[in-house]
Amino acid sequence: MNGSGLAPETRTHLIRSCERIVGPEGVISAPDELRVYECDALTFYHRVMPDLVVLPTSTQQVADVVRLCREAGVPFLPRGAGTGLSGGATPDAGGVMIVLTRMNRILDIDVPSRLATVEAGFINLWLTNAVKRHGLFYAPDPASQQACSIGGNVAENAGGPHCLKYGVTTNHVLGATVVLPDGEVRQLGGKIQDRPGYDLLGVFVGSEGTLGICTEVTVRLLPQPEAVKTLLAVFRTIEEASNAVSGIIARGIIPVAMEMLDREIIKAVEANVKAGYPLDAGAVLLIELDGPRAEIEAEAVGVEATCREHGCIELRVARTDEERALLWKGRKEAAGSVGRITHHYYLQDAVVPRSKLPKILREIGEIGGRYGLIIANVFHAGDGNIHPLICFDLTTPGDLDRAIAAGSEIMKRCIEAGGSVSGEHGIGHEKRDYLPLMYSPADLAAMLRVRAVFDPAGLCNPGKIFPADRPEGHGDRNLQSPAMTAVSDR
Amino acid sequence: MPTAVATRSAESGRPLAPAFDAVDRPDREGILDCVHCGLCLPSCPTYLTTGLEMASPRGRIHLMRAVDEGQAGISADFVKHLDQCLGCLACQTACPSGVPYGYLLEAARTQIERRYERPAGDRRLRRVILSLFPHPERLAWLLVALSWYQRLGLSGVVRNTGLLALLSPRLAQMEALLPEVPSAAARRPLPGVTPAVGQRLGRVGFLTGCVQRFVLPDLNRATARVLAAAGYEVVSPQGQGCCGALHLHSGDLETGRALARRTIQAFERAQVDLVAVNAAGCGAAMKEYGHLLRDDAEWRSRAEAFRARVRDISQILAGVSWRQELKPVPVTVTYHEACHLAHAQRIRKEPRLILQRIPDLQLVELPESDLCCGSAGVYNLLQTEMAGRLLQRKIDRIRETGASVVAIGNVGCLLQIGLGLRQAKLPVRTVHPVELVDWSLHGMPDGEPRA
Repeated sequence: MNGSGLAPETRTHLIRSCERIVGPEGVISAPDELRVYECDALTFYHRVMPDLVVLPTSTQQVADVVRLCREAGVPFLPRGAGTGLSGGATPDAGGVMIVLTRMNRILDIDVPSRLATVEAGFINLWLTNAVKRHGLFYAPDPASQQACSIGGNVAENAGGPHCLKYGVTTNHVLGATVVLPDGEVRQLGGKIQDRPGYDLLGVFVGSEGTLGICTEVTVRLLPQPEAVKTLLAVFRTIEEASNAVSGIIARGIIPVAMEMLDREIIKAVEANVKAGYPLDAGAVLLIELDGPRAEIEAEAVGVEATCREHGCIELRVARTDEERALLWKGRKEAAGSVGRITHHYYLQDAVVPRSKLPKILREIGEIGGRYGLIIANVFHAGDGNIHPLICFDLTTPGDLDRAIAAGSEIMKRCIEAGGSVSGEHGIGHEKRDYLPLMYSPADLAAMLRVRAVFDPAGLCNPGKIFPADRPEGHGDRNLQSPAMTAVSDR
Repeated sequence: MPTAVATRSAESGRPLAPAFDAVDRPDREGILDCVHCGLCLPSCPTYLTTGLEMASPRGRIHLMRAVDEGQAGISADFVKHLDQCLGCLACQTACPSGVPYGYLLEAARTQIERRYERPAGDRRLRRVILSLFPHPERLAWLLVALSWYQRLGLSGVVRNTGLLALLSPRLAQMEALLPEVPSAAARRPLPGVTPAVGQRLGRVGFLTGCVQRFVLPDLNRATARVLAAAGYEVVSPQGQGCCGALHLHSGDLETGRALARRTIQAFERAQVDLVAVNAAGCGAAMKEYGHLLRDDAEWRSRAEAFRARVRDISQILAGVSWRQELKPVPVTVTYHEACHLAHAQRIRKEPRLILQRIPDLQLVELPESDLCCGSAGVYNLLQTEMAGRLLQRKIDRIRETGASVVAIGNVGCLLQIGLGLRQAKLPVRTVHPVELVDWSLHGMPDGEPRA
């Protein structure tokens, strides 16, 4: 699908002006090149090319491009590495895509204050690598951390396995330089924790690129723990594993991470990284403890006892850094490994109260059976954040529709269980029509008023978060297409 | 909504070549294995350098898919972004889904070379460069001529001929890559058979290669000496030539197959237990002969049998227990990982292991050791700008280590990094790991810096 149908003269004007701002090598306008920007890591529906792509190298350039778009009345959106799973970095209907991959420098590392300031395109894992020698690390660790950008993490309020203990991105961002949708550059927050008045930074983090474009971020760094212990607990059934998760938390132990992988995922992972997960297990729990050595030794005893109580048939402890890294590699590459068992998957992201995990997983199994689809599960069990991967094949007629219907049903069950439609992947384009399952019209109206304060013209990443039938949040762009209209690319 | 099929280039209005045809078509299953997760992105040298999605593995696969599905044609932009790929395969190391990127790239490039009309200059340049490699003697002649050409300066007459006008920047680049053209005596071929020292462990066939036997003949002599010292009888079979790697990487699978058959035959006749290779690019290609000739009923099983015997020299040496004492080599060494060792052959520990066994040799890790140096076969002759940027990055990292020697297991990288070090006037010597083993066994050459 092509862009928004900008008038050719508007497009030419934008191209020329952007070339003046960022130089000709920073503007992409050929159709065969724009094609690669028609989706992020959500590929199977809603593919839309931007009208042009601009790659700025400074905050000022971002501001100049945004101002240009505002003056021309053309929608624009930011994009980092494009590893997001809810279509947040895919245009709603064309416009200008501002790609921040060339803004990837470290601006400051303040070791005594344990702070780092980086440009938005800086890659998450690079930060931990850069501060390792100071005995520090950056806690939020989404599975895509080797590729995703800090700016994208801010936009999505990214989580990750270790967020069970350390909290998600918003708990680690102290300040951000943002370009507001009118092209003004503002500093939200700063280098200190406590600021009186409204928490505008808190509003901005997780706003999915709809309130402006963050260009520089100041984050907290944490001291590396004295010791780390990684355990793999093997269970016959996913239900037993779920009960163990609740049991561990009920015991008063907060592991740094508690990740569940079911039988299908184990099969995919073992075909790829050979992490040593037993193929005959119903589920495994990857549990990590960190902190003072004596404390985690005591906690490990408690974890083991709880797992055994709930039917754990085998408990392994990583003895070396290599063993630990391998156990984690299996987890981090789990979603990607699913390519080994299916060509397409619809990766869901939802939350249920921890105690409801056994019930929801049973229901997911039933839903999969009913639709004739394999649903694999790998997720952050500790905080009830489930990630069913619904496997399907685009070449099989009706498969995609079934996958979407199954996903929708899972989502409704999660809400009924008192959960949420998204844990960490964002609403983006994919889930915008699920939002009314959680919020009343009054809630949505309040949120839309906040959006209008930042972006009255509705030009900044329109078509995201809010349902298609609430176009007041998206300016006057055409938003007629129903969100869940499957766009088969064949 | 299906995208309209592009049949004409948006810029020129010329009809585009239709989508891929059936001959050596990129495998659709392989394309679909990519789930677009993006974990490959920062492993890709061209993405890292440009920040462009089209210059990433995921982006290139997306473009292939569009052509495969008839949504786009083999356009100039498509060709540009596939040409810009180094073929370093770092993305295959990073990929959790097991996408066979190297095979997809090879096949897509074959489609381009057969079905896309390159501008005349580009076409001639590629033909000239690729025609040199299956013929080592032509290459040798050219390399000697180049050294004179450089010494005498550009004569006006030569400069006015069309071909040289086209080639001269590349020729200058080729000439610059040469450390120093070895003397005729140094370039004489290896003896047909080098006997094992002491009891014979086995008979090893040695691929002398098309480039290194003329450009780095000392390396081949050192390799033969070290293998002999390890107890192997070393044969360099008659009739071997280019292994075909450069053709496979440049979209000429047919020539690549012909060269593969010739190589297999030469080593079959020599009746060897193993085939030793000291050039990562060649070793990687030879280990893929089974795949290359999979549809050839006559050659398939011969290719498989051959492939199973191929070893990088570091794989052989890592398992050797030396019969003689290793002497100290008191130098600080850093190790650059050739892409076709680290990513294509997944050989990472062995070269480090053989270096660590040398007394007094201090091995310091090179940051970004597995990031491509820009050599990539003939890439540095065709994509000079990107190659130069990657080389600069590599030289900066080498400088940070403070090492006086950089060990490199591939001829292309040896030449490329050697060029970068000379240009940067950095007093760091390039050697192959096997040469360091040779120093340890047989003494360091005079005048080597010790640190």
